[in-house]
Amino acid sequence: MATNVETVDSVVLRFAGDSGDGMQLTGTQFTNTSALQGNDLSTFPDFPAEIRAPAGTVAGVSGFQLHFSSNEIRTPGDAPNVLVAMNPAALKANIGDLKTGGMVIVNTDKFSERDLEKAEYEENPLENGSLEGFQVVEVALSTLTKRSVEELGLNNKESDRCKNFFALGMTYWLYNRDMSVTQTWIKGKFKAPYDQANLKALQAGWNFADTMELFHSSYEVPAAKLKPGTYKNITGSMALSLGLVAAGSLAKRQLFLGAYPITPASDVLHHLSKFKDFGVVTFQAEDEIAAICASIGAAFGGSIAITSTSGPGVALKGEALGLAVITELPLVLINVQRGGPSTGLPTKTEQSDLNIALFGRHGECPNPVLAAATPSDCFEVALEAVRIAVKYRMPVMLLTDGYLANGAEPWCLPELDSLKPIDCNIATEDIADGFRPYDRDPETLARHWAIPGTKGLEHRIGGLEKEDGTGNVSYDPGNHEHMSNLRAEKIQRIQADVPDVEVYGDTDGVGLISWGSTFGSVRTAVDAARAEGMKVGHVHLRWLSPLPANLEQTINGFAKAGVAELNLGQLHRYLSSEYLIDMASITKIQGQPFKSSELIAEIKKLS
Amino acid sequence: MSTNEEAVTYKKKDFMSDQMIRWCPGCGDYSILSQVQTVFAGLGIPKEKFAVISGIGCSSRFPYYMNTYGFHTIHGRAPAFATGLKLANPDLSVWMITGDGDSLSIGGNHFIHILRRNVDIQLLMFNNRIYGLTKGQYSPTSEIGKKTKSTPMGSLDHPFEPCAVALGADASFVARTVDIFVKDLRGVIQDAADHRGTSFVEIFQNCNIFNDGAFNDVTDRKTRDETVVFVKHGEPLIFGSKDGPRKGLRVDKQFRLEVVEDVDPENPGDEILVHDETNPVLANLLARMRPPYPVAMGVIFRVKRATYDGGVAEQIKTAQQVPLAGDLTKAIYGGNTWVVD
Repeated sequence: MATNVETVDSVVLRFAGDSGDGMQLTGTQFTNTSALQGNDLSTFPDFPAEIRAPAGTVAGVSGFQLHFSSNEIRTPGDAPNVLVAMNPAALKANIGDLKTGGMVIVNTDKFSERDLEKAEYEENPLENGSLEGFQVVEVALSTLTKRSVEELGLNNKESDRCKNFFALGMTYWLYNRDMSVTQTWIKGKFKAPYDQANLKALQAGWNFADTMELFHSSYEVPAAKLKPGTYKNITGSMALSLGLVAAGSLAKRQLFLGAYPITPASDVLHHLSKFKDFGVVTFQAEDEIAAICASIGAAFGGSIAITSTSGPGVALKGEALGLAVITELPLVLINVQRGGPSTGLPTKTEQSDLNIALFGRHGECPNPVLAAATPSDCFEVALEAVRIAVKYRMPVMLLTDGYLANGAEPWCLPELDSLKPIDCNIATEDIADGFRPYDRDPETLARHWAIPGTKGLEHRIGGLEKEDGTGNVSYDPGNHEHMSNLRAEKIQRIQADVPDVEVYGDTDGVGLISWGSTFGSVRTAVDAARAEGMKVGHVHLRWLSPLPANLEQTINGFAKAGVAELNLGQLHRYLSSEYLIDMASITKIQGQPFKSSELIAEIKKLS
Repeated sequence: MSTNEEAVTYKKKDFMSDQMIRWCPGCGDYSILSQVQTVFAGLGIPKEKFAVISGIGCSSRFPYYMNTYGFHTIHGRAPAFATGLKLANPDLSVWMITGDGDSLSIGGNHFIHILRRNVDIQLLMFNNRIYGLTKGQYSPTSEIGKKTKSTPMGSLDHPFEPCAVALGADASFVARTVDIFVKDLRGVIQDAADHRGTSFVEIFQNCNIFNDGAFNDVTDRKTRDETVVFVKHGEPLIFGSKDGPRKGLRVDKQFRLEVVEDVDPENPGDEILVHDETNPVLANLLARMRPPYPVAMGVIFRVKRATYDGGVAEQIKTAQQVPLAGDLTKAIYGGNTWVVD
């Protein structure tokens, strides 16, 4: 029994170990358990691109950070209160982030001379006083785990693999978590005798923490007072996938995904391939180009067509995207951004594909662009992207990033009745008389979506310039100018569907403008700055093309505006050229999200 | 295709579009267009159920001239568009028109993958051994030493044998024909239409502007009896002028082909090979025949194999048999949830 239970509002916990130590799994279990205990939470999985980088090296360290709270929170937290370090490399890579006075739990079994060498420690950090200022909890995790499972007759390697559950059991004790979620999960996930081994290790970790009095106290993080509703813990990838499935249902059309495996977008392919009962077709193509081309083929065939990828894939899909623009077919291209250029930082987050989203095609080739703000926001943004693609008959670029895709938060589930049907307005044989494929809706400028199989609407489309109305191939100079203007005008017409931006906080002080996944860090920083008495407002953009109608006026209202983004200033440059307003550019390009503290410092500079 | 549709009868002209045909006068494409229109008219498939998909190149203008649904797409990528369309709309009769450059150079990857997947479409590849629309560069089927605008000292590239590439990609239907062999062309297109799976047809096509006479050895009336063998399942592989002594094909102990002189067509004997279109070893031998062997025309290989689109539909059907299939409430509200009051 804990001698003492303290109640705290918020905890930031980070698990770190080798890529093969099961840190992502451990973090996910802690997250799911905390979600069901009613905490608000935000997670940040951070792992190398290599599946099993050399064991014990800093390059191979995989981490999972979780912020759970009884208050509303929006970020995974700047600095961990508690770090679980499974080896010296994990300690070395993460100790710099730990809060002063924070707790570090280390696996002393992995601190041999050889282990220290692999982590490039010249001396043992547990002995040289370098960890002064932290509460160091030394645990022989491997030995204790081995002992806890010894009756099952596992070999050394097998029993050692259970040690993440031992560590999880300790942290469950430390934060008074209910272990039943994880216990049930283990029983469903592992076969005998590994289910028993993991259960025993988990329980042994809990018991060890309980009886050895390693900790001065345990902690209680009460449930958060979230707005009433039914909640589920959700990652951005899953929310996005559910949004797409919902879009297919609401449009009463088949959902089609063409995709090629790419980090960090593959989860969309994985998730959607499980929705075959909705009639969802997932096509794992031979390459990125085939993936988008198959999707365009499916769009021609009447499907709600999606293609998902990350930066390198977007570069490859550019030509096909141009075809979707000129043939005016509905399509959603999802770009789960990662660090670039080239292969860059496949598992790290970045917002450096705004330029390619807005401008990255040959010819005058505009397409709408929107971005999700949080993991659960991916659901709504997916629905909106499909709605716009279908309504205006054009490809829409939807931006998320690695941080959103892999990060999780509680999602207040939508009332299904509140989801509006998507009207596809498909051409029928009734209009066969005098039918012309490029005749348009006067309001949206959308052309007909006439699906092969419909009697009397036979027509040909293609990549050659089209004569407006007939859709016939045309090299006429005036027609080309007309069509180029028309394709640009279609983007502007979407503004009718883009809500005006609202300023959070002060409208006439320092204004921070952000887009995409930086929402949480910026909003948290703005709250903190305002709590300190600064006059600060926040504008977060979901729509990047077209921009909201009142954006220019809103920015002009600020005494000083700054654009915060994880690149070298792409939105800043875009807004500057659109509005000719002097704004500060706040950037970070380290493959990591903004820390709120970094943004507070920037706000102070602008104040 | 549903067989319950009310019977539809068409004439060839029902498949002719109102667009002006912009191929060069004398191009082999005209003949192919005409035969495709003729075959379409006789298939009994409602006109609106045809979709013609192409890539880029002279041949790929084809959809504009067909009064059906059509999509002129991107260089090399037509197989991917066709795959997406067929998966979205399995009731369609999907035809893909491509050329040697479109399919075997820029689209090589998609070409082999649609064949291995065996998506149920017809893939007609017009092989003129040249890039026509870009005005005369050598193509991946051009012979070594060919002098073109981009190879003034002669091409150095070893050419592809399209039917052998298709067989290598495990195509379930491989045929070859020639633009001006009108009757055979029509027959092969009909066979392609009847096959379930990707039906690959290589059509020798004359480009009278940039590569005129590329197939003279097989089209010249004076010599073609000696240079061509028409293969037909179950029939002996016999060729040669009907007026003179006929020739046959056999294999030696090393599986090398040999031409046998003076074969009696009525009684060719056991050693003369009988065409078996389900035999992949024989198909590879036939596909690669070049002088002094005759060039094989007709259906070289044809086997029944599961189609990709059929499998996709089957999996969806199976998945939809569970309780609450396609239920959005289950999808969103299922799993671990909690309620905040």
